[in-house]
Amino acid sequence: MRVKLQHAAHVRSGDKGNTSNITVIAYEPDLYPILKDQLTADKFKAFYAGIVTGKVTRYEVDKLGVLNFVAEGALGGGVSRSLSLDNYGKALSAAVLGFELDVPEKLGNLLVNFRTPSA
Amino acid sequence: MALRIGSGSAWWGDRLEPAKLNAEQGDLDYLCFETMAEATISAAQVRKRRDPSFPGYDTYLDDRMSRVLPGCLKRGTKIVSNQGWINPEGASERVVHWLRELGAPKGIKVAAVNGSLITDTVLDHADTLMEDGRPASALKGSIVSAEAYMGAEPIVQALKDGAQIVITGRVADPSIFMAPMMHEYGWDALDHARVGHGNGIGHLLECGAQVTGGYFCDPGFKDVPDPWDLAFPIAEVESDGSAVISKVKNTGGAINIRTVKEQLFYEVHDPANYITPDVVVDFTTTDLEEIGHDRVRVTNISGKPRTPTLKVSIACHEGFIGEDMFFYAGPGALRRAELAKKILEERFKIVNLKAEDVRVDFVGLNAIHAGVSPKDQPEPYEIAVRVAARTKTREEAMKIGREIDGMAVSGVAMTGKRVPHQDRTREIIGVWSSLVAREAIKPVITMYES
Repeated sequence: MRVKLQHAAHVRSGDKGNTSNITVIAYEPDLYPILKDQLTADKFKAFYAGIVTGKVTRYEVDKLGVLNFVAEGALGGGVSRSLSLDNYGKALSAAVLGFELDVPEKLGNLLVNFRTPSA
Repeated sequence: MALRIGSGSAWWGDRLEPAKLNAEQGDLDYLCFETMAEATISAAQVRKRRDPSFPGYDTYLDDRMSRVLPGCLKRGTKIVSNQGWINPEGASERVVHWLRELGAPKGIKVAAVNGSLITDTVLDHADTLMEDGRPASALKGSIVSAEAYMGAEPIVQALKDGAQIVITGRVADPSIFMAPMMHEYGWDALDHARVGHGNGIGHLLECGAQVTGGYFCDPGFKDVPDPWDLAFPIAEVESDGSAVISKVKNTGGAINIRTVKEQLFYEVHDPANYITPDVVVDFTTTDLEEIGHDRVRVTNISGKPRTPTLKVSIACHEGFIGEDMFFYAGPGALRRAELAKKILEERFKIVNLKAEDVRVDFVGLNAIHAGVSPKDQPEPYEIAVRVAARTKTREEAMKIGREIDGMAVSGVAMTGKRVPHQDRTREIIGVWSSLVAREAIKPVITMYES
């Protein structure tokens, strides 16, 4: 079934210069391989088109079920130069919660705050 | 007995009460304060130039110290803080003032750690800019301030010299919290296994409530009890650097595997190579275990040898930003906002606005997530039109406010507009990064007594 990332993972963003890092953390270990397989660096960059202008690097921390996306050129030049209302990019991580994932039905019970339409 | 290190602040504007709570009820050996953002020092320099009476240290120094000193003196809790900004000596004298004011015993030592500011000499030491590879000399003539991120060693030295309170300029955030571990457990600065673990724990503490439920709650997904009453974290650290993250009982917030994971990777790029002045931390080996209510044990963070260089932040004059906003509501709000945008774009041509970049946002529709915002959302009932431009001169930046003023009577029907009540321009202090050899930075410790 197709679900929004917000049911499978939680996120936090941080800033350094003109680079934003968005950490995607699987709610449960069994959901991590799905994130790792489907939320690639390329898909992440395409999803943030219009915001992220530079390279996206994905770091994997298998032991903790964490993907860390480091997005260059994401903060309009950095905090002091940015023309964005959210000049630290603190709210940027929320967007990826809307990324759509294919999750096998049998893992549906691991999703947070999610009810299948038929249930 | 584990060493108990508590957080007193994560930045300059942080809440004051949780630090007092930690001082009074945290049973702490050390209370540590982080009070800077990347641009704090340069902002302090700019302010000092405008107002010579500005003392140059944390403007909340009095508020923080007067609240926490009674509890710290009672328990014998030592304090490590980077509230000194561009004047650690002045801040230390002010702390001595508070010690006397509060009737502390004579002979309490307060150490000022200076030496991170290298504004005048940075171009002798820095080579290339990390952001774009240009030589640092390209910044010549525009530099407002330059400061190196010092590590824990000068703090450890000050503690060895008997300081009960250490006030520094720029020190890397995790190092402020790790210095007490190095001092109390006698770790060698080159013992990268322990120092790596300690720095990792410091990283968990440096953002205060961000590990105790702050910046975390998302209703229905990640609920946090009493989020209006968050306590700042305490680390109970063992001699190998492993620790339990906890907080004062009967406070709001939460500490669990999820809060700890979010903070573990906050502002980290490569999790296997988090570079600090003291060590390169590897978070990928970390084990986390919930061992009780609001108690998470953190073990097996790894460390690698430190780099031969220190990072330097170089702040420069870079021009100005002009910014203002106005509003639409009711049926057709978006349609009117779009026409207003078109009018402004034409006006900017007529007044020959010379800007490096101009941005017009519809707040409530696309201001935060720009192109990622969904296209098919229902029309919002309210929209704020926000305009911002980056320019070389203040005169050009002022054109933004002037043109928005014109929208009051010459714009679109039913425009909501605020009376301009403040300067709608601000100066840009751009921050660049470079590396310098460790030897280029010479910490200076000055001791004061109550």
